[in-house]
Amino acid sequence: MNDMTPIAKVQTTLKDWETDQEVRWCPGCGDYAILKAVQRTLPEIGADPSNTVFVSGIGCSSRFPYYIESYGFHTIHGRAPAFATGVKLANPDLDVWIVTGDGDGMSIGGNHTMHILRRNVNVQILLFNNEIYGLTKGQFSPTSREGTNSPTSPLGSVDHPASPCAFALGSGARFIARAYDVSKNLSSVLKASHAHKGAAFVEIFQNCIVYNKDRFDDFVAKGVADQNQLWVEDGQPMLFGSEKSGGIKGITLDMESLSLKVVDVVDGDWQAAGVIVHNAKNRAIAHMLVEMPFGPFPMALGVIYDDPRPTYEGVLLDQDAESRVGKEANLAKLLAKGQTWTVAGTAADPI
Amino acid sequence: MATVVDGPDLLTGGKEDLSPEAVVVRFAGDSGDGMQLTGGQFTLSTALAGNDLATFPDFPAEIRAPQGTLFGVSAFQINFGSAAIDTAGDQPDVLVAMNPAALKTNVGALKAGGLIIADAGEFNKRNLEKAKYDVNPLEDGSLENWQLLAFDISAMTLQAVKPFGLGNKEALRCKNMWTLGLALWMFDRDRQPLIDWLNAKFAKSPVLAQANIAALNAGHAYGETAELVGPLKQYHIAPAESAPGLYRTVTGAEAISLGLVAGAQLAELPMFFGGYPITPASAILHNLTKLKEFSVTTFQAEDEIAAIASAIGASFAGHLGVTSSSGPGIALKGEAMGLAIMTELPLIIINSQRGGPSTGLPTKTEQSDLYQAIYGRNGDAPMPVIAARSASDCFEVAIEACRIAVEYMTPVIVLTDGYIANAAEPWKVPDPASFKPFPAKFLTEKNGPDGELLPLARDEKGARPWIKPGTPGLMHRIGGIEKNPGTGNIDYSPASHQTMTDARKAKVDGVAASIPAQAVELGETSGKLVVVGWGSTYGPIHQAVRRARRKGQDVAQIHVRHVWPMPLNLGELLKGYDKVLVPEMNTGQFKTVLRDQFLVDAQPLNKTSGQPFTIAEIEAAIDEALA
Repeated sequence: MNDMTPIAKVQTTLKDWETDQEVRWCPGCGDYAILKAVQRTLPEIGADPSNTVFVSGIGCSSRFPYYIESYGFHTIHGRAPAFATGVKLANPDLDVWIVTGDGDGMSIGGNHTMHILRRNVNVQILLFNNEIYGLTKGQFSPTSREGTNSPTSPLGSVDHPASPCAFALGSGARFIARAYDVSKNLSSVLKASHAHKGAAFVEIFQNCIVYNKDRFDDFVAKGVADQNQLWVEDGQPMLFGSEKSGGIKGITLDMESLSLKVVDVVDGDWQAAGVIVHNAKNRAIAHMLVEMPFGPFPMALGVIYDDPRPTYEGVLLDQDAESRVGKEANLAKLLAKGQTWTVAGTAADPI
Repeated sequence: MATVVDGPDLLTGGKEDLSPEAVVVRFAGDSGDGMQLTGGQFTLSTALAGNDLATFPDFPAEIRAPQGTLFGVSAFQINFGSAAIDTAGDQPDVLVAMNPAALKTNVGALKAGGLIIADAGEFNKRNLEKAKYDVNPLEDGSLENWQLLAFDISAMTLQAVKPFGLGNKEALRCKNMWTLGLALWMFDRDRQPLIDWLNAKFAKSPVLAQANIAALNAGHAYGETAELVGPLKQYHIAPAESAPGLYRTVTGAEAISLGLVAGAQLAELPMFFGGYPITPASAILHNLTKLKEFSVTTFQAEDEIAAIASAIGASFAGHLGVTSSSGPGIALKGEAMGLAIMTELPLIIINSQRGGPSTGLPTKTEQSDLYQAIYGRNGDAPMPVIAARSASDCFEVAIEACRIAVEYMTPVIVLTDGYIANAAEPWKVPDPASFKPFPAKFLTEKNGPDGELLPLARDEKGARPWIKPGTPGLMHRIGGIEKNPGTGNIDYSPASHQTMTDARKAKVDGVAASIPAQAVELGETSGKLVVVGWGSTYGPIHQAVRRARRKGQDVAQIHVRHVWPMPLNLGELLKGYDKVLVPEMNTGQFKTVLRDQFLVDAQPLNKTSGQPFTIAEIEAAIDEALA
């Protein structure tokens, strides 16, 4: 029932979503591009500023709510999902976005990321992954690659990095998408995440111009993007590359090893090459796509998994409502519940 | 609440009083023997008989500690009488020991000449070894200071339930009902409410109901028969004189839950409770989960931090956010409390204190989180703190916490402790209409002089407006980073932080203007000595000061509910006494706060054994202070 509450669409423009606050990110930070993409997307989905809430934790990305003209709550490190859960349970009609980073959402707040996903609270979670701690000045993060030189790892980090999308999927997420800050497809990914009823997890690779500059260039830089980005789309074959950049390629399933494989597509005949058609409801394929090692494979981007199930607040609040049926909120009766006894009054003090 | 109750002379040999004013009974047995249930049901029948009472459940942290061991003993003490009862009693008059371990760990507390009722059937070689007895204490004369009544309760229970064809293990489970039957006979209690309760409890397996009832009746019948020959006598304790009205029993955890529901109604707000299970606070979450019809939403979070964070999120969205825990969980919530202070959102945090630090004593009581409540956050982070003195007092304290939170837009800490949370006492059911409502107000239009929105504008109390997301046109941002005093935008300039720090402090200090002046519970407003307490030490302090005054000693009692900020007259009041004694179940925390706030020479009386004070301990300290 609570899932069905229609949210009225409102006409706004990008300007309506800008605040009078001075944006305080470093010049050239990928966060600017993400901010613009979000501000461009909100009018397109008919979002109402009065009904929209951005909740964040701590870190560069978590300053985001100050720059969006909606309700905003800049909370404490790693806990934004827990605050957002309280907001949604108190008022499920609010449209809630969580903005977090690889440190906030995967390190100090990994626990809450897991639980909001498994519960399936109807929110959009945007995890800006720059593979570094920015606001504390450049230490390695849980997504930093092995060997990352940083003030706390001058000999190179030895930690094995976590994969946010694999973590989200393992936590039971029903929507997984990936994009990057300056991608022209970011807005369509954000729209899809908003259209999904339930917890939608979006990993956005984001360039930290100061501490981890051009970290994602091996798949976002011009010239290599074409051969190194696989944009998946429900119902479409998994193709990447072009004739110009060295040939069209596709992803197939090797039945013997039960693993994915890159194949060349000759003369556009992807069926002959055995390229698989993306099914966003196929959880097994989603697992394979987010675990695909970059290098031998391209980076899987777009809506990787989208298979809704009832939302947490919908089921919980319906259950609560059901349990209230036929019950009266009579406090006087509640206080006098259980085995009681009466002490008789006197003429002077009757009861 | 008129007569002074001294320890009764029940069963102390010599003159025998078959109608004593008060009696203390302790049931002790294995964790699996059902002692808490026995005690609870005995409490109920005692309440129904019109006695005043206080209880003290004392059980191990382990759910089912290995059978027969010393650390697996679970006990339930009840003090009941025909006059006002404030504590569970210093020394039991009667000890029911279901096995050797229960005898060994409890007999030391028994009053000289008191009665031991022991299940001789359990005093076998194996159980004696587990309790580290070389010789059977029932046979070696070591219990000669007391009256001993030892018989095979196990065998008699088995015989009583034989017709119902239960297995040996199930049959022995009825032992507690046999014992309860005997206790009900001893104090001339009606069995019918208990029979009704058993029929309801075992509605799905009537055989178990019948077996338990048979055991209960057999225990009762045993009393009638044994009276003719043994030391067993039947006692009649007259009903206590209470104000007329409807009464029920209530535990602290129940009263807190009911008080929160009442507080939310008085604030005209739906309540959101975010909790994470922890002993001894979980009962509040259990209780509230059953009260959805009172616009209560409960959420079992993934951890203590998420529990408070969700409650703050719900407060932001316009509910009355509540969270509850015990020391270790409160420590985890510290950072989020700071955020609630910074964003000035209403929030109730309940701490059912237990022995610490760290895991400490999960099932034992202590008052050692006072510093944590008043000071335990980073930065200058002032927050009102109020403390409940008894199980029934929790109801009013919870309402008061809701009032302060909503009127002042601030988080509030409520301190109770393991003793109050679990203990039961009679409660005169209050009339909800007797409490003054304090409806919450939400901002619906921009509040600035030039038509702008000022989220941090302050009213005469220093409170900012509460602005719910979803309100058209009032979009704004809040957060833990320092803000401009007017616009609420990020501003950590020197002037801004100075102004905001001062404003937060002034607001919480100002709460003192809305609370009643400190009253003197007993005695005069000046004199030689005042005993100052807070929280669950109320009972033993009250009785100790009563006794001292009856002896003619110049001593008064002050009990503080609002421990932060404190009543405006408290400092002057304390200065009217030559000496100030502060009994606390910690190493002297409130004593230090009083010294700091009022420069008074407060002297500590400390106890950290996990057990409440006895009346005698406080009496002795009064004697010493006046010597």
